[in-house]
Amino acid sequence: MTATVKDYVVAPPVSVAAAWPRHQMLAFAVMVGLLVIAPFVAYPVFLMKALCFALFACAFNLLIGYVGLLSFGHAAFLGAAGYVSAHSAKVWGLPPELAILAGTATAAGLGLVIGALTIRSRGIYFANITLAFAQMVFFFSVQAKFTGGEDGIQAVPQGRLLGVLDLQQTYTLYFVVLAIFLIGFLIVYRAIHSPFGQVLKAVRENEPRAISLGYRAEHYKLMAFVLSATLSGLAGGTKALVFQLASLTDVHWTMSGEVVLMTLLGGLGTVFGPAVGAFIVIGLEHWLAQLGSWLTIVQGAIFVVCVLTFRRGVVGELSRLLRKPL
Amino acid sequence: MPAGEEISTVFGVPVQALFGQVLIGLINGAFYAMLSLGLSVIFGLLNIINFAHGALYMTGAFAAYFLLQWAGLGYWWSLLLAGYWWSLLLAPIAVGLLGVVLEKTMLKRLYHLDHLYGLLLTFGIALIIQGGFRNEFGSSGLPYAIPSQLTGGYNLGFMFLPTYRAWVVVFSIVVCVGTWVVIERTRLGAYLRAATENPTLVRAFGINVPRMITLTYGFGVALAGLAGVLAAPIYQVNPLMGADLIIVVFAVVVIGGMGSIMGSIVTGFTLGIVEGFTKVFYPEASNTVIFVIMALVLLVRPAGLFGRTA
Repeated sequence: MTATVKDYVVAPPVSVAAAWPRHQMLAFAVMVGLLVIAPFVAYPVFLMKALCFALFACAFNLLIGYVGLLSFGHAAFLGAAGYVSAHSAKVWGLPPELAILAGTATAAGLGLVIGALTIRSRGIYFANITLAFAQMVFFFSVQAKFTGGEDGIQAVPQGRLLGVLDLQQTYTLYFVVLAIFLIGFLIVYRAIHSPFGQVLKAVRENEPRAISLGYRAEHYKLMAFVLSATLSGLAGGTKALVFQLASLTDVHWTMSGEVVLMTLLGGLGTVFGPAVGAFIVIGLEHWLAQLGSWLTIVQGAIFVVCVLTFRRGVVGELSRLLRKPL
Repeated sequence: MPAGEEISTVFGVPVQALFGQVLIGLINGAFYAMLSLGLSVIFGLLNIINFAHGALYMTGAFAAYFLLQWAGLGYWWSLLLAGYWWSLLLAPIAVGLLGVVLEKTMLKRLYHLDHLYGLLLTFGIALIIQGGFRNEFGSSGLPYAIPSQLTGGYNLGFMFLPTYRAWVVVFSIVVCVGTWVVIERTRLGAYLRAATENPTLVRAFGINVPRMITLTYGFGVALAGLAGVLAAPIYQVNPLMGADLIIVVFAVVVIGGMGSIMGSIVTGFTLGIVEGFTKVFYPEASNTVIFVIMALVLLVRPAGLFGRTA
């Protein structure tokens, strides 16, 4: 009997009626509380970066944790949305909310196309194929005129959100980013705990049986893929406005690897794991930045250690200790 | 070509440029074929996609570079030559041994898990190896001279063929066909194929399957190391030389059909040439053409051109 990803996923017991168990509500409140205080004790730009990646990782986790599909090409959605948001804000002069929306919509469309082509494959094949598609997006970004090639799109104007909130104010920007993250987080949470999420889990556990019960498994998987791509796009578009930059880094396959690392370290298929993982990984990058390529070595070592001995991740182990799904 | 004579063209492209690109395509194809062959052999028995393959290819090139530095300390030109030939033999062995160690200490622990964990582990190993080399040698390339016996070239009339490139193509074809013969036509290959189908049964016949798995992984990555040695004089020896190449090779493996030996050889060379042609006729698409082909193949044959089941 071979163990699969799902054996290391501490999936919450499914019950739609009690969709918001008390300990999770408590954990959520603690998270929101920490994030509200955080900018006054830590460097807000770092926090905003971590929040964007936390949203990205949550979106990614929707796929690996609840559908059991490992996409190795999620950078495509993050990066493409970043380019479109940056371009529409800078060249077309769209206000920030519409720019982010444009980026998110692009990622959704891209997700629909790539998802429709890849969703039939599974396991290693799926990882490989999504990686190849992301590489297509990467080369397109290298060559297309509007992406600015190696320079990327720089000095993206942040503007005023809804014409009111001045995003050039660091704290205003921070709380807008926090709000976007929380919306994304709650969408993922809602999706997981809805009937839709139950079908996803059924497909993950036993696809032939789900099909025999009358569920169109590929349909559901594709919907999860598009939702995951869309939220990745939301993260990418937000990130482009926060850093006023869209560059090739975000479409490169190393970024796809990084989001896998965040999710794995935090805990596959946990509600809070991806966000925790994102904060740890971005924190490491922040501290190890002077060390240059040592960062790559450390990331590689974390991968190896996680895969060999720590497959449940930080939150996964925590929730096993507490015997409560987090 | 005498002055005044009209340059012959094909579809408006000078013949020389066309053949030049086809040759480059063939060279790239040789590397695609050797790398995807190693991936296929490993995938067939271990069921993992070896993400460290590109890093080990780079390690092979660096091993060749070290051997050159040690063997030819600058006072004996003939030793420089020896450095290349020795590294052609020793570098793959070194990389193969590294592979054996990786399999024995880490990969072995993952066989009872989802195959995705193998992918993630080898991805981590690739990051460590690449980061380590980049720490020592930076991101710029180190030059590696073509061994003196293989310098120069032949004028074929329609194009100039550098000896070293001809050598790479011929040698890699010999290696690929040799591997195919060993796997498909020998007793050892029969054991290997049997273990791919049903390891438990093969083990019951008294064959040491775990050792076979170790050696297969070692052999697969030794092929990557060998490709690295061959590549060293053509591309520069660079810590990142395998990082992007491996993604293309993944696409080649998907097109050929994962685990198919002949599939990876034929697809590797063919796609190299297709890429070469694309560079001539539509250069903008030369980086993406393999991925586009992959998408099309998946639509028509999800198991790949030579694969049996998805």
